[in-house]
Amino acid sequence: MNAFLSAAGLLPDQSGHFGTFGGRFVPEALIAALDGLDAAYRHAQADEAFQAEFGRLLRDYANTPSPLYRADRLSAHAGARVFLKREDLNHTGAHKVRNVLGQALLTKRMGKPRVIAETGAGQHGVASATACALLDLECVVYMGEEDTRRQALNVARMRMLGATVVPVTTGSKTLKDAINEALRDWVTNVDTTHYLLGTAAGPHPFPAMVRDFVSGISVEARRQILEQTGRLPDAVAACVGGGSNAIGAFHAFVPDESVALYGFEAGGDGVETGRHAASITGGSTGVLHGARTYLLQDEDGQTIESHSISAGLDYPAVGPEHAYLHDTGRASYEPVTDAEAMAAFKLLCRVEGIIPAIESAHAVAGALRVIPKLAADLGREPVVVICLSGRGDKDMDTARDFFGV
Amino acid sequence: MKLPSDHKILMPYLTGGAVADWTDHLRALIDAGADAIEIGLPFSDPTLDGATIQEATHAALTRGATLRGILTRVSEVAGTVPLVASTYANLVVRDRDFCGNLRDAGFDGLIVPDLPLEECAEFENQDLDLVLLASPATTDERLDEIARRSRGFVYAVTVMGTTGERETLAASAADLARRLTNRCELPVLLGFGISTPAQAAQAAQLADGVVIGAAIMRRVLDGAGPAELGAYLRSIREAMDEG
Repeated sequence: MNAFLSAAGLLPDQSGHFGTFGGRFVPEALIAALDGLDAAYRHAQADEAFQAEFGRLLRDYANTPSPLYRADRLSAHAGARVFLKREDLNHTGAHKVRNVLGQALLTKRMGKPRVIAETGAGQHGVASATACALLDLECVVYMGEEDTRRQALNVARMRMLGATVVPVTTGSKTLKDAINEALRDWVTNVDTTHYLLGTAAGPHPFPAMVRDFVSGISVEARRQILEQTGRLPDAVAACVGGGSNAIGAFHAFVPDESVALYGFEAGGDGVETGRHAASITGGSTGVLHGARTYLLQDEDGQTIESHSISAGLDYPAVGPEHAYLHDTGRASYEPVTDAEAMAAFKLLCRVEGIIPAIESAHAVAGALRVIPKLAADLGREPVVVICLSGRGDKDMDTARDFFGV
Repeated sequence: MKLPSDHKILMPYLTGGAVADWTDHLRALIDAGADAIEIGLPFSDPTLDGATIQEATHAALTRGATLRGILTRVSEVAGTVPLVASTYANLVVRDRDFCGNLRDAGFDGLIVPDLPLEECAEFENQDLDLVLLASPATTDERLDEIARRSRGFVYAVTVMGTTGERETLAASAADLARRLTNRCELPVLLGFGISTPAQAAQAAQLADGVVIGAAIMRRVLDGAGPAELGAYLRSIREAMDEG
């Protein structure tokens, strides 16, 4: 089945397509840079010294492999044996550190002194600023003006780490516009600058490269679950915005036909209200930010502003490999509303003593929803791995307002 | 599309629907000596546009401009000079009838800056000329392919950057123009950052003509009427013709 080609390293194809998705919808001026990035990445993949340095930083700096934690009280609540992949325990508090270390090392290798990045909630911006401080790279982060206000603490973090934060005042002044502005910077400064894209989206080779850098999530989880239970899980669940933690959590499991893969999108107020960020379940196919994929757009093809209580999922498109996994049926995508996510957020706080990122709470909520059906289909208690992609310290203002605590 | 070969080509750009009387502007540009007109079909995420055309795009969408509405208005001026639509890939790839609808409305060509060689095959050989773009970073090998596959003309993006006015013509313009004109039978038009009569005259010497975009849209956004816009374009036309 075609879906398995992606895990076998055969997808994307040479021009960056996952079936009809992906590709390179960028100005001619960026083609040479993307070719250069693709070549540098392929050389780095085969270079033992690069892999050794990446491995050392992942282990000693980023604190991975992250634990796979058997969550007994959540399991009792869920009616499944639930294991949490604790990406929240990584340095900078999320899976994103894996991607930024990989790309920052690659930037050094390409001899470029400057990095630009986009950020919504600020998590990828903080991670990028961290990796750039570590590797002595200039770092400029584009962030929607609206988001700089909502996430002032992360702006301060980035500045402490030495990054320049540029508030973006165009369009809706959020993540989508920050990416637009980063692309404009890149086309102007491409000789000296690497665009450290924060998710498995964008033009080829970004979706494949980011997937590979974060795929340690599933490589580790697969080994850990076999060690702990002697078997593969029945399902893997992750939240999907752009989709980097989900593709990282899925990748090594894609060839395992018995493992169901669930991506939970941000349903906002409910897909039926139109106020959501569920690109696959509530969108249609088109081209945004360099790739053909699912996106939120009106009947004229203008992108629609997304809505989610979770800034990290508040993006009107999705990485092209998810579009492909959806169309081939290998992975299932469902929306989770703000209210469902916040209920799961509170539950995890109370039964496990873990404050998750609101993004990750979408994965918990979605898993809780599908477990009864899984159990019924299997005729037994399922084993489920949930990717806890990040910690929730950054979300305490939102939680305080939501719960009135 | 048929572009003149007996003089330097002047192709002004106008964002469709940016102001209420934009088709009056269109007529004024034709009367002032435009050889062809590039009409921007607004897209919400114009990643290759600088501040001016972003603002024009935003103004058009805020005014409620739609593709259908713009195509209807374009029909009013069709048949005068070649009309070339420009927009981003999303509008093109999502609608099977897109090229046909443009043709029916009177367009002769189409420019899609985020549809490079790798992705454009399914939109070539339609009944609309797909105009390909070249950049200073484009390799000679790719320029050969662009020269071979482009239709109507080749759009030479003279700078590494976004659309917008610049004080001087980029040094990269001359090099790209030379590399392209050497291998291209089609006309080569230079664009991005050309705004003054002197720059236009200088650029026209390097190739077969120029595209003027942001300088026009800045005037339109600042409230210039058709007469003022026509006078501006006439000053460009005269400078180019004097060489």
